[in-house]
Order: sequence, then C-alpha cells, then structure tokens
Amino acid sequence: MPHTRTPAVADWFGGEGDAFRLLGTRCSSCATVFFPREDVHCRNPHCTGGSLEEVPLSRKGRIWSYTDSRYRPPSPYVSNPELPWEPYALIAVELEAERMVVLGQAAPGITVADLTVGMEVEVVPGVLGEDTETTWTTWHWRPTGVAV
Amino acid sequence: MTQDVAVLGAGMHPWGKWGRSFVEYGTAAARAALADAGVDWCDIGSVVGADTVRGGYPGYVAGATFAKALGWQGARVTSVYAACASGAQAIATARAQILAGLADVVLVVGADAAPKGFFRPAGGDRADDPDWLRFRLLGATNPAYFGLYARRRMAVHGDTPEDFALVKVKNAAMGALNQYARYRKRVTAEEVAASAVVADPLRLLDICATSDGAAALVLSSMDFAHRRGAARPVRIRAVSTVTPAFPNTVLDLPDIATDSALAVEPPGETFRASIARAAYEEAGIGPEDLSLAEVYDLSTALELQWYEDLGLCGAGEGAKLLREGATAPGGRIPVNASGGLASFGEAVPAQAIAQVCELTRQLRGTAGERQISGASVGITANQGLFGHGSSVIAVR
Repeated sequence: MPHTRTPAVADWFGGEGDAFRLLGTRCSSCATVFFPREDVHCRNPHCTGGSLEEVPLSRKGRIWSYTDSRYRPPSPYVSNPELPWEPYALIAVELEAERMVVLGQAAPGITVADLTVGMEVEVVPGVLGEDTETTWTTWHWRPTGVAV
Repeated sequence: MTQDVAVLGAGMHPWGKWGRSFVEYGTAAARAALADAGVDWCDIGSVVGADTVRGGYPGYVAGATFAKALGWQGARVTSVYAACASGAQAIATARAQILAGLADVVLVVGADAAPKGFFRPAGGDRADDPDWLRFRLLGATNPAYFGLYARRRMAVHGDTPEDFALVKVKNAAMGALNQYARYRKRVTAEEVAASAVVADPLRLLDICATSDGAAALVLSSMDFAHRRGAARPVRIRAVSTVTPAFPNTVLDLPDIATDSALAVEPPGETFRASIARAAYEEAGIGPEDLSLAEVYDLSTALELQWYEDLGLCGAGEGAKLLREGATAPGGRIPVNASGGLASFGEAVPAQAIAQVCELTRQLRGTAGERQISGASVGITANQGLFGHGSSVIAVR
C-alpha cells in the first residue's frame, strides 16, 4: 500500500518542486512576519494588532550558523533504534527580506563539512520519517546549486 | 536602588547522579542553609521552592514539598517555575516578600533529580509547544543550540575550539577544589580535544552534563540580621528577572526561528546583555566594580559570550580575555570560581541558587582553596528557557 504523504506539522510549508515555500503569517497593521505562523494576535508590542495573513517566506537565505547531531536525539524525535544513528546537520538561515533566522535540518547527504557561515542556501521539500502508513514531510535547507 | 536583603545562610547537597528523590536533596540543602544561618526552621516565616518538573507531580509543588519534609510549621509558602531561571525567581520572590514586610526571614530551596542524557520535553502529542516541536521536527537538542552559538562565534569573532577547551580547563581546575562539584578532576586541553563530538564544533567536555543536586539560602531583612548579631552579612543588592525585548533577533532555545525585525528595529543589546544591565542598574554598580562572576556555562563557548554580555570586555573579545588569564583565579575578574556547570552539571531549579551560594562563600572569605582574594562584589548570570532572565548581584 502506498504511503500517504502528510506534513509533519500542519500549515508551515506547502507547494511542489521550485514552488515549495515555508509559510508564515504577516500582520496587516505593522507588516511583521511570523514563523512559525502566529494566527492569534500580532506579537509586536508596539502594534495594536491587525489581521494575520498567510505569507510565503523567501526561498533563499544565508547561513547564520550550523551544527549537527552526533547522538540520537530523544523523543519526540522519531528514529528507528534498530538502525545505526546517522548524524544530520542543522542550519540556521538568515532571510534578508523577512529579517529573521529560521532553523531547519540540512538536506540528506549535506554534512557540516559542506557548510560555511554566510553560504547561500535554499529551502527544499524533505522527508522527516516514515511509519507503516505515512511519509511525514518537512522542509530542508540545501546549499544552492547542489543537485537533488 | 532598592534596599538590601541579608544572606544569612547558604547550603548545598553535592551534585552528581545519586539516584534519590529531589526532596531528599533539597531538604539536605535546606538544613545546611538553616544551620549555616543559625536560624531554627520553626522561625522561618516563608519558604519559596524553585520547581522541578523532572521529579513528577510533586515537583510542581516544590515549596510545600520541602516544607512538609522539614515538618509543617505554618510558614507562608510559594513555588516558582522559570526553567533554568527558577532559582533566581525564587530568590526574587523571597526578596520581594522581605522588602514588602511580609516576612522577616525566608528559606529558598531548589533541587532536582535529572534524567540521564539529553533533556527532553514532557510526553504526548503537543504540537502547540515550541519545546516539543523543536525535538519532533528538528531533533534539536540543547547541545545543538550550543553548537550553533559556538560555530557563530568562530565565524564572527575567530574563536577556535582550542579557546573553548581553555574554558573547560579553567573551570575543571576550580571544580577540583569544590566539595559540592560532581566532577572533581582537572582536565587538559588534550582531553577536551579527544572527547567525542556531540554537536559540531562542540565536544563532550565542552558541554555540561545533567546532574542531581540542590542548593538553599536563608534570606532576611537587614533588621533581622542585625538582631541576630550578623553585623556585616553578605547582602543581595539586585535581582534581574527581565524578559527579552521585541524583536529578539538571536536564535535561542527552544525557538525554531527568531522574531522578524521588519517592523521594529532590534534593540541595541541582546537579551543576555539586557539581563546583566538590569542587574547593574538596580545595584548602582558596573562591571568595573566586580570581584568575581558566576556565569551559566552550559557550554564552554557560551561562557565566552557571557564575558561580553556582562561587559567584562568588548564584543568579540571574550577569547582574548580568557587567554590573558583575566577570568582565572588571580586574574582581573575570575569567572566560575565554583567550577561552574562544567564541574557541577545542570540541576535546573538549583543552579541559580548554587551560584549565589558560591558568591556568599567568596564574599565571606570562606571559600577555602578557591578563595578570590579581597572579594567584595559578585554577579551571577543565568538564563531560563522561554525568555526568563536571571542575574543576582551580592556585595559585602
């Protein structure tokens, strides 16, 4: 039976291929952008609060910093304890247009040795994990110009 | 400036992995603090507990848990939770009660029995909790954030892993002299470099462990202290418990993203720097007045960041200050004379209180082999998950 593809978290990202984007919200009054999305009330303390509308974030940004996870993270991270642990990199990315930093896992195969602070990366669709019925999807950061 | 409160007593339970209940640790620390103060438990007008959520349900009612273990005697009771800043908020609460005239003498207690390995969020499917989400979506443990800060320092300031290792070498040398520390062995730079990478570029010996432990203080009004014959007690002059200011532009535990600075220019200082500034302003002193500092060295690299955030040196000069020996015993401003978290590990609700226990001993001149000569003013710095500042200034 084919696995259903389901976002690991609802409404944080969407779109296929080159149209894949992280999704935040923007305050209609002060224009502050929120990611993860803020749907209740604008958190700018100087803003009286406008409506919050969904907005796609920039596709590309520059690396603010990066690290990796050489030991298996505890739950609620899901990994198969039967398999050897394979470290993955984490990248914090500065988005110039939004003036914010967003953390994410690096695309598979990208290690800390491939990265430098300031390097350009782009957001790409990725897979967080699978269970018997579902493929849980997520976002990954990948240096621009690297083939899928 | 507010009035001072007196530190009449300080007590701790040794840090380690002892396999017992946080209640046992906290009660031992409380009894030690009471004995140190020369105050009978039945004379305590208020007890403030720093909560742990690691010990299960009783942890949520820490103040009353310790009061029960010491023997119900009708005191006013409070429990506070502010993650790693819980201890500072407990001290702030006790101080506020004393200054408001609600209690003359207050017992403050924090204790924890920590899990092995990484801290992790409470169970369940809790997609509305940023702490749960960073584990579920990214597997981003606390050391992962420490690794991000360390790499950022390397890129921006030119710090090296060898600089980070020197922090561990310094703190371990002091921890070896502290009977309450979990790790009491000197460490060499080669041993740090040979330890396993946990979160690039940080290695096992760059990162603090989780531990059991407890610390307690007996705080009182200056009048009470004088009536009890404490002519010149250590005094708490400031407690900073500030939140960040919007937009918080430094990626911090447990967040997946920073605030956007699109609508409001970022404040001129970081959250960590604002914690210290609030303490300095309340105390009416500055970094130049300090004899010593106890800072929250979750990682070796983070200790260097605190040097700058406390104003001990300029931005980017933390590693230089360390290499010059300024933050070692005998230097201009010794940091983590207790051995720091590098030697203790995290016992979350206890550690901000333990920092003040160390200041108390140093300012009394009773720190033994760790004594900083002529210590008269000390600061602690700490930070709680979810935006809790924590800094205490004590003087003598």
